[in-house]
Amino acid sequence: MNTASPTQTTGQSRRRTTLTFAILSVLLLILLAANLLTGDSGLPATALIGAMTGESDHTGYAGAILSLRITRIAVAATVGAALSVGGLLMQTMFRNPLADPYILGVSSGASLGAAVLMLGLPLLGLGTSSVAGSLGVAGAAWAGAALVLIAVGMVSRWVRDILGVLIVGVMFGYVAGAIIQVLQYLSSAESLKLFTLWSMGSTGSVTVQRAIIMAVVVAAGLIMATAHIKSLNLMLLGEDYARSMGLDTRRTRLGIFAAVTLLAGTTTAFCGPVGFVGLAVPHITRMMTASSDHRVMLPATLLAGIDVMLACDIMAKTLVLPINSITALMGVPVILWVIFKNMRRC
Amino acid sequence: MLTLDHLTVGHGGVALIRDASCRMAEGRVITLLGRNGAGKSTLLRVMSGIDKPMAGSVAIDGRSLSAMTARRLARVISLVTTERVRPHGLSCRDVVALGRAPYTNWAGRLSRADEAIVEASLATVGMTAYAARQMDTLSDGECQRIMIARAIAQDTPVIMLDEPTSFLDLPNRHGLARLMASLAHDRGKCVIYSTHELDIALLFSDTVALIDGTHLSCLPAGEMLASPRLAEAFATDGFDMTAYLDTLRKQRTAMAAADARRDI
Repeated sequence: MNTASPTQTTGQSRRRTTLTFAILSVLLLILLAANLLTGDSGLPATALIGAMTGESDHTGYAGAILSLRITRIAVAATVGAALSVGGLLMQTMFRNPLADPYILGVSSGASLGAAVLMLGLPLLGLGTSSVAGSLGVAGAAWAGAALVLIAVGMVSRWVRDILGVLIVGVMFGYVAGAIIQVLQYLSSAESLKLFTLWSMGSTGSVTVQRAIIMAVVVAAGLIMATAHIKSLNLMLLGEDYARSMGLDTRRTRLGIFAAVTLLAGTTTAFCGPVGFVGLAVPHITRMMTASSDHRVMLPATLLAGIDVMLACDIMAKTLVLPINSITALMGVPVILWVIFKNMRRC
Repeated sequence: MLTLDHLTVGHGGVALIRDASCRMAEGRVITLLGRNGAGKSTLLRVMSGIDKPMAGSVAIDGRSLSAMTARRLARVISLVTTERVRPHGLSCRDVVALGRAPYTNWAGRLSRADEAIVEASLATVGMTAYAARQMDTLSDGECQRIMIARAIAQDTPVIMLDEPTSFLDLPNRHGLARLMASLAHDRGKCVIYSTHELDIALLFSDTVALIDGTHLSCLPAGEMLASPRLAEAFATDGFDMTAYLDTLRKQRTAMAAADARRDI
């Protein structure tokens, strides 16, 4: 897709926005249907459609499969929306195209929380691997992510320069990574395997109740993100200009950190760290809309994030691979494309 | 009326300008004149409320900047920095429209009146034809004009600009200086900008605030030209400063006469 021609009119850009939303919505419908019909149950599509319309004899079995698949779709959609919007917020705030929702250490914080529970507690003889199956892991991961972001947020009160905040976040990430390595080194093969599986990400192992909790928290995060639309637009001109146009930059920073914690922290807690979606989707969306206005970009990114994650999940299901490998394989080419495109422009 | 009251500014505990007091009135162009590294940008950042002073205060109509909320402050002072920002995916009109931020709702929705102000601001800087152009296709000079239009759209009694004439050629420098003079004289704004260029400061401003060492002296431009302070502050080996200032004085008289004729 071409980027905006330098002289395109307001009408042209509006048409382009409409077209983007139309494409993304049609894609969403196709992916929803495709996702519903893919899986390893060996159930024919007719039986599923029968279960949906309530006409089939197989209602019992087909109905169960149907509800499993719907839950998985909902989880994938929530994760896609949350990580993509989280990535958009971070890219705008740091004015850096390579920022993602994990850049402040959300992923490493969540991993640390999960590692302490899944690797650390068994080491101390407390708890067993069964803890890992309960809500405990999600809770620990969420607490870990929130702790890291609160720490970064507190530091950012003293650090004027947003780049300084970024460095602090990345360093926190390294510290968490080092602690996780120590825990992994000391742990038994059994708990290590559980942790490794968690860190590969999964959309299939979330129960209905947890999917609802996740969706509610993510919705709150999305509302917070929406409330910052104007601030985000001002931040496109940098913090000095944003402040001179009336933005309280410190409060905005904290608000955006909180939104990212709710979005990325929560999905990471339930589904493990899912890479590259938050980094790549805002770029794909920007190419499509040719706009940086968050009034267009935020809803478009949300929709594109759902689409991408649903597509990745279909692949993960058909190839029986961890979702994280799929998102990486899909995301890396997009990121390389963005980088080289930017290099040509400069 | 912007007032500096016993203002001290600097970095990391080191004062660049000490105990500065000055009054800057509406309808006037005030230039902050000083050599490289004298503290012009630092002073401007404090005067615009972006940074805090080390001591003393800046006030508008008797109200201290530090007592104002960010939004309130953005309705009285607008700022054009030296940073050339060209965000990808924003048109010139989008950027100028951001100047309305202190007046719009949470989503930044523009009213009819806001839209009219945006178009008028683009026209003031002569960039109407560029309205739909993407920011990342602009040259330095064009980008700066858009940032000035954005500051005009912000509709504040005080506009501050940091080194706006740097990197421009002579006709563009003079064009910009005239634009700023007309904002002050025709629209009654208080226009404050920093420069290290003597001709710009002395030919186009009403008041010159000269930074000499850590001292700030504010004088009407004519008086500043007549005082020995300039020659001291900008003394250069092997350059006849007295003769140069004489030339500027003649230029200024000639330009004033030309303006007077135009007004009749």
